[in-house]
Amino acid sequence: MKQEQFEQRYQPLWQRLDQQLDQLETFRLRRSSDELPADLPQLYRQLCNHYALSRARRYSPQLVGFLHRLVLRGHQQLYTRRGAWLWRLLTFIASDFPASLRLNIGYVWVALALFLLPALLVGGYCMIDDTFIHSLMSDAEISNMEEMYRPDNARPGRTLERSADSDFVMFGFYIYNNIGIGFRTFAMGILAGVGTVFTLFYNGIVIGGVAGYLTGLGYTDTFWSFVCGHSALELTAIVISGAAGLMIGRGVISPGRYSRLDAIKLQAGKAVPLVMGAGLMLLGAAFIEAFWSASSLPNTVKYVAAIILWIMMILYFMFAGRGADGAR
Amino acid sequence: MTLTDTVRRHETPEGIRLELRLAGPVVRACAWSIDMLIRAILYGLVSGVFAFFGGVGTSVMLIMFFLIEWFYPVVFELYNGASPGKKSMGLVVIQDNGTPVTFSSSLIRNLLRAADFLPFLYATGLLSMLINNNFQRLGDLAAGTLVVYREADLERIKLANAESLRPPVDLSVDEQRELIRFAERCPQLSQERQIELATSLYPVTGKRGPAAVKEILGYAAWLTRGSR
Repeated sequence: MKQEQFEQRYQPLWQRLDQQLDQLETFRLRRSSDELPADLPQLYRQLCNHYALSRARRYSPQLVGFLHRLVLRGHQQLYTRRGAWLWRLLTFIASDFPASLRLNIGYVWVALALFLLPALLVGGYCMIDDTFIHSLMSDAEISNMEEMYRPDNARPGRTLERSADSDFVMFGFYIYNNIGIGFRTFAMGILAGVGTVFTLFYNGIVIGGVAGYLTGLGYTDTFWSFVCGHSALELTAIVISGAAGLMIGRGVISPGRYSRLDAIKLQAGKAVPLVMGAGLMLLGAAFIEAFWSASSLPNTVKYVAAIILWIMMILYFMFAGRGADGAR
Repeated sequence: MTLTDTVRRHETPEGIRLELRLAGPVVRACAWSIDMLIRAILYGLVSGVFAFFGGVGTSVMLIMFFLIEWFYPVVFELYNGASPGKKSMGLVVIQDNGTPVTFSSSLIRNLLRAADFLPFLYATGLLSMLINNNFQRLGDLAAGTLVVYREADLERIKLANAESLRPPVDLSVDEQRELIRFAERCPQLSQERQIELATSLYPVTGKRGPAAVKEILGYAAWLTRGSR
């Protein structure tokens, strides 16, 4: 068949497909209907056939280029996932996140150990020896921290300069700072996991050191009543982002039966639910830390609420989403 | 060929080979600089506006900073495949199988910027791009994404309406293709260049000057249309 006959015969089909693709490529909200046109797959397969023919018959580069572009657009629209992101978010929280955490629980235990062991060791030592903290932090940081949790501080958890800041400011600050730390802990996993291990270890030492030192000083009521509320979400989320980082690191170090590149991709894909979940948890933690932990509620209330939160969180991770789609 | 060429091929389930033209470090650095400029302006605007709203304003400002820092590229990649900087350089982010970038992959590649940036100005990312066959930085490797040139809209050129002439010799398919390609490129070439090129086929056509051009366009017409 000559090129011109070929073009004339199939031009209507190409135009039809082109219009359908134009429609699909406009942004979802401005689209008139969200349905995939019923004959799109068929038109697309015919187009693929035409493209292959036009190459095999050495039709002009112009025509081949035109058809290739149309094929590429069709491929992108046909093989994409679309829609229902709010529903996906809800199912993610209700089942996907806890299920993928249970699936990768080994990494969580390792991350927990990397964080908790140095925290306990350094914390215990700082409680006994109140000079040891000076080898971890600068004098300015230490006096800052003492000021934040002094029993006569009306706004525990904030330095004097910050005490005038409203809860809202602190909310914004915690989001900016804490979620950023969580994300970075994950990202550093690509450096063969070393970055993540270091971040977990470092956070363990500092958090443990501060807690031990302040407990040793006897600032227990201000310190523990402030941190207990958001501790469940925040500390767990840091450990979970660490676990996600370790998963990528595992892909780099020990790809197993896959090529290293495939292993990294695979592990990163599996780690994404953990990072997103950790991000959401840190969001919740920021909210609690800004509005609940800093409030002047009686300490007993705060302790009881914290215990309830810890129990609920553990139950959530143990049972939520079990059985859905055969998830364990 | 594969070593020096930046075209990557992906075979689809229909047995078609898609051709993807990869973008190199320089053009991506330019795109990043444009994005950086836009982000700087956004930071300026946000802090300028929300400074007047007290505590809540500061809070919103910090949250916006957080969102701009981490999710600026994600939002645009999901919206139209590329951040404004990339778009202005004619680039687009896609999965390595040619489909549009997914949420999960976009999240991975942009969170991992933190690692690619180390120790300064994307040095790690650049190293990874130079070692890698597909110009992928670490984030791209983990997400399985490629940054490629957006295919420009091709204008279909109608071949000049020349009188159809049967070529005097048998032509191989590649030779046929070259003749048609010449006819398609003709409108972009100057008169003199057309003549120069066409005259180089003197042994076949036996013609020189404008007549040679007409002759070759005639062959091309015969090849695409037949003898009508």
